[in-house]
Amino acid sequence: MKSLFPILTIAWKDALSEFRSKETISSMVIFCLIVVIIFNFMLEPGSTLIKEMVPGILWIAITFAGILGLNRSFIYEVDQGCLLGLLLCPVDHIVIYFGKMLGNLLFILIMEVILLPLMVVLFNLSILSIIAPLTLILLLGTLGFSAVGTLLSAISVNTRAREILLPILLFPVSIPILMAAVKSTNHLLQNGSIGEAMPWIKLLIGFDIIFLTVSSLLFEYVVED
Amino acid sequence: MIHIKNITKSFGSFFALRGIDWEIHPGEFWIVVGPNGAGKTTLLKIIATLSTPSDGSISFGDSGLKDKIATRRKIGFIGHQSFLYPNLTAEENLKFYARMYRLANADDRIHHQLARVDLWDRKDDLVRNFSRGMQQRLTIARALLSGPEIVLLDEPFSGLDQQGIDLFNNLLKSLISPHRIIIMITHNLALGWELATHYAMMSRGKIVEKQKCKAISLEEFKNRYRELTAEGEA
Repeated sequence: MKSLFPILTIAWKDALSEFRSKETISSMVIFCLIVVIIFNFMLEPGSTLIKEMVPGILWIAITFAGILGLNRSFIYEVDQGCLLGLLLCPVDHIVIYFGKMLGNLLFILIMEVILLPLMVVLFNLSILSIIAPLTLILLLGTLGFSAVGTLLSAISVNTRAREILLPILLFPVSIPILMAAVKSTNHLLQNGSIGEAMPWIKLLIGFDIIFLTVSSLLFEYVVED
Repeated sequence: MIHIKNITKSFGSFFALRGIDWEIHPGEFWIVVGPNGAGKTTLLKIIATLSTPSDGSISFGDSGLKDKIATRRKIGFIGHQSFLYPNLTAEENLKFYARMYRLANADDRIHHQLARVDLWDRKDDLVRNFSRGMQQRLTIARALLSGPEIVLLDEPFSGLDQQGIDLFNNLLKSLISPHRIIIMITHNLALGWELATHYAMMSRGKIVEKQKCKAISLEEFKNRYRELTAEGEA
């Protein structure tokens, strides 16, 4: 509980900065729009392929746009020299990791709140009956993706090719999460019930726990000289 | 008191620091000079708990590097970068750091520090609209918010115009206290000399000379520094 306050403080700071600049979320939303609209042109209205394709389109949009946000997360800190200021604060560095991760999670979730209704309209989906399990899958998938993305963003930010390095590092590492997220979303949309998606959701929970634990423990070594 | 005992720091096969011994007492204002690559910033980062020495030990009164959180609470750091968030206002920036340090009476402290650096009237302005001099003044307010016992400065004059230097210099003078340790890395010998009680010259990862400023004149100091820089580059 003692650590919760500085975690929320870091997330508050990131949210307030983003609210003022709108640099990250706007670029993420525009990227999502482009992805979804391109796929919408490709698929004929009423095509049976839509239900099979939508989980993939949804997670492609989330991961690629998410990387834009994750990239900005530490670049913003390093370019202003603020990372040093954060590291000097009298808190464990794990607290800084969770604060930054929470901020990243928040930005990606905001993007998803815009993305999902857009996909419902463009692909004529009916998700009202599965909104709760779909929200759970989105939350779990995004959590795991942000957990590992925040760590790798901290690693890549001090390299020369930082914008390129993050996706190169992140995609292979996050494959288990993305696979479980796409599979569970697919089962949910195809069958309209959580039953068959459950094993994948459990896997997603497992990967989230592993990625959160490992990433938070490694963060200390990443940020120290 | 800061007690540094035989510290070394290596990055692979490169030794940035080679056996540093140093004792610093409250009330002392040290300037650290030396050619580029002498290890000044690495040493400052170790004192700031941002880096761990490869060998040797460092203690801060009753706490050492093992209790980094307690040590960080004692430290105020002013670098050539401001550590300020451009999209937050001056007050929000200080509020952020006050919350991270969990300071009691945060509002009063923020008011006091902003008034001290003459930025109270600009507290609601975004930092991105501040000049370099104003940012550096706010940096001082940020660093002093927690009332640190140790103030570390890494080339704080870089990028400041003459007016900014004068203003910063006056603020720096106000930091001097019998209970506070100040360590400043600088290339501006005259400015550093004016304020310091002690100096340390570094070269190739070692402190090659350290003593009270009173022991030599500024001209002698400059000459020694010149010789050292020439040796460092040779």
